[in-house]
Amino acid sequence: MNLIMIKNKRLSEEQYIESFSDIHPPFETKDAALVEANRCLFCYDAPCMKSCPTSIDVPKFIKQIATENIKGSAHTILSSNIMGAGCSKVCPVEKLCEGACVYNLMNEAPISIAKLQRYSTEIAMNNKWQLFKRKPSSGKRVAIVGAGPAGLSCAHVLSQEGVDVTIFEKESKGGGLMTYGIAAYKVTPEFCEDEVNYITSIGGIDIKYNQALDKDFSVEDLKSKYDAVYLAFGVGLARQLDIPGENLIGVIDAIEFIYQLRTNDFSHLPVGDKVAVIGMGMTAIDAATQAKRLGAKEVTLVYRRTQEEMPCTEHELNIAKLDGCNIIWLASPKEIIGENGAVKSLVCDTMKLGEPDSSGRRSPVSTGEMITLEVDMVIKAAGQMPFSEIVKSAQLENSSGKLTVKEKSATNLNGIFAGGDCVNGGREVVDAVQAGKDGAKEILKYIH
Amino acid sequence: MADIRADFLGIKSPNPFWLASAPPTDKKINVLRAYEAGWGGVVWKTLGSQVKNVSSRYSAVSYGGKKMMGFNNIELISDRPIEINLREITEVVKLFPDRAMIVSLMADNDRNSWHELIKKCQDAGAMGFELNFGCPHGMTERGMGAAVGQDPEIAKMVVEWVMEISKIPVITKLTPNVHSVVPTGRAAVEGGTNALSLINTIQSVTGIDLDTLVPNPYVAGKSVFGGYCGPAVKPIALKMLTTIAQDPLTSKVPVSGIGGVSTWKDAVEFMLLGSTTVQVCTAAMTHGFRIIEDMCEGLNNWMDEKGFNKIEDFIGLSVPKITHWEDLDINYHHIAKINQDKCIHCGLCYIACEDTSHQSINMEKGMPYNTYSIKDEECVGCNLCQLVCPVNDCITMEVHRVSPDPINWKQWQERGLPLNDH
Repeated sequence: MNLIMIKNKRLSEEQYIESFSDIHPPFETKDAALVEANRCLFCYDAPCMKSCPTSIDVPKFIKQIATENIKGSAHTILSSNIMGAGCSKVCPVEKLCEGACVYNLMNEAPISIAKLQRYSTEIAMNNKWQLFKRKPSSGKRVAIVGAGPAGLSCAHVLSQEGVDVTIFEKESKGGGLMTYGIAAYKVTPEFCEDEVNYITSIGGIDIKYNQALDKDFSVEDLKSKYDAVYLAFGVGLARQLDIPGENLIGVIDAIEFIYQLRTNDFSHLPVGDKVAVIGMGMTAIDAATQAKRLGAKEVTLVYRRTQEEMPCTEHELNIAKLDGCNIIWLASPKEIIGENGAVKSLVCDTMKLGEPDSSGRRSPVSTGEMITLEVDMVIKAAGQMPFSEIVKSAQLENSSGKLTVKEKSATNLNGIFAGGDCVNGGREVVDAVQAGKDGAKEILKYIH
Repeated sequence: MADIRADFLGIKSPNPFWLASAPPTDKKINVLRAYEAGWGGVVWKTLGSQVKNVSSRYSAVSYGGKKMMGFNNIELISDRPIEINLREITEVVKLFPDRAMIVSLMADNDRNSWHELIKKCQDAGAMGFELNFGCPHGMTERGMGAAVGQDPEIAKMVVEWVMEISKIPVITKLTPNVHSVVPTGRAAVEGGTNALSLINTIQSVTGIDLDTLVPNPYVAGKSVFGGYCGPAVKPIALKMLTTIAQDPLTSKVPVSGIGGVSTWKDAVEFMLLGSTTVQVCTAAMTHGFRIIEDMCEGLNNWMDEKGFNKIEDFIGLSVPKITHWEDLDINYHHIAKINQDKCIHCGLCYIACEDTSHQSINMEKGMPYNTYSIKDEECVGCNLCQLVCPVNDCITMEVHRVSPDPINWKQWQERGLPLNDH
């Protein structure tokens, strides 16, 4: 019996580098950026700006590229979204700014907003331009749990106002899921670290790493020592499938899979010959494409609904298809069959769509028929679970583990605010950044 | 198939497109390439006293990332010996006898110098002369070029000298660096010139290098005013051309139009305002001589579409349509209309009107697209919105006359009608 179908070191060094190289390369030259910047119509009350959850003044920053005021351009971006550099690489712009660009209404290619945003922010980061000034320390102190996008965004706004911020981060690096959870060909771990450093270079933000909530400290501790607390601990591991065979060797959590990929050498992480990925969100796509690029022979995405209902974008789905991933719609995992303790095959119910559920999407219903996939690895990517234990133990009002907030960030506990994935259940980086800004605004009112 | 041949003072060319006196017409090698590409004629770069040129010689203005929207030069007249130029002119005319060959001249400002120069040049085979009264740099300090064009008395005198001795037709080229080209134009006609050409280049500073703080063109840390040309100057050239076409004296002679002709459309505009031929320079220096192909084809297709058989059928047709402001019909009113199917919701019409015009556009907020519509009662018909709109025919102006009877400003005042709009 060949257990060693799940193996690492499948590819050569050069192949790994090519597999994981930038999927959205930047402008090669200044001229290329200028040509595109000059194509922008500089709309008024622009649809692109309105579609951005952080309301970046897109026409303005693009015009500032055209007039060669790159400092101004970077400042325009970062003052609305301090993670503008990272967002330019991972944001699903086809659904947001680029999707709204008026050129689409002319059946013309939308402006490459993400690429232009990357252009300015990259120059700013390479030159280490400090574009923000910190007011003198006001003596007020705020604690933030989680150095992910929401936490860092909140910290940056607070620090500008002279607040001393301490962030408690459970991992050894900041960035949250940007650093640990997104496909490596979108952002490299190195870039994420640079971005965290760039954000904290304003001063007044102290990140304490390897400090986990409810292990090393509690919400109560923070409440007693700080003027206010912002909870931004995100969401946790992938949802359980709750089917027989879930504990066999070869059944992997997508978040864990990507985490391992991003914290080690590409050659380190083992992947199966034939991999099934359960789910059709951005994380499922990331896991599937990364598995293929690590050298898996066959990768199949299994989703219980159809393309109409899929949570990932068209663009993401195309990446998976171009990578050669197979897709099976209307299939739901029923049982994982093992041999000698390891995954041998995956049995799925075939589904059809019935009445809509609470999300408004039609609910999948079993037809009674089944299919079996011969696989040696199953990656779970059907949503992420909130940290329900933490939420319950701190007696925070919640809905199935997602924190309930009023006025955008106020929890039921006085002086405790929250935002990001731990509130919304798991959305985009840009949503978390906006949540961080909203939280900071309310905290500033509260502490003064 | 229209007939696009031109006949300018008996000088024939297969099409009305000539190359203006400039670097492209400096040498036999350039001119042969031009003729091979299909140009109807050239004006050979100005012959005169010996000069030396500097580097750099040119600078330009870009707009929205597009290069050479405006162009300027500080190059002087031909810096090659006259003998070489004349020999090459003879050779070229032999090879292409069906193309117009005009030679541009600029002599020192005395009768003798002009006579000597003309005697030297007029047997080389050229079919006509163009007198350079417009070079705006380098020669004015010596009392030549624009110095002549700016003083009608001197211009008339020089033309008279030239006409005393020239055996071939004479075109006088006018400088735009004046308050009006009409006095010099009239003076030249009174002096006996057979034709006019305009405009020469406009004195300019195209820009400054924000690192060195030295304007362009840059010569060892200094700059000088240069002669501006290219697409940017066409509106100025067209206005000056019209003043010539409308003056009772200057309108009697044929005109060769110059100044920002880049496409067949530009050429038609110059011809509609009175030009028999047009001269091109900047566009050729930007793209090369191949632009002549679409110039001819485009002109031809337009003439067919409009039913014009030969170019004389439409030359000057737009001249009577430019009148004085006081003659305009105040009762003519039009109102903007936005086509909601074509609108791409960019908001540019709205902000232009709201900030800088008459606040006559409604904005209805939408996510992410707002809806824009005109407030008919407020719209004054300035058509700023139509001009800024990036979509063709999205904003149109609908005629809504105040009254069927026309009335101009003078009549309005005579009738004692209210003297303002609010």
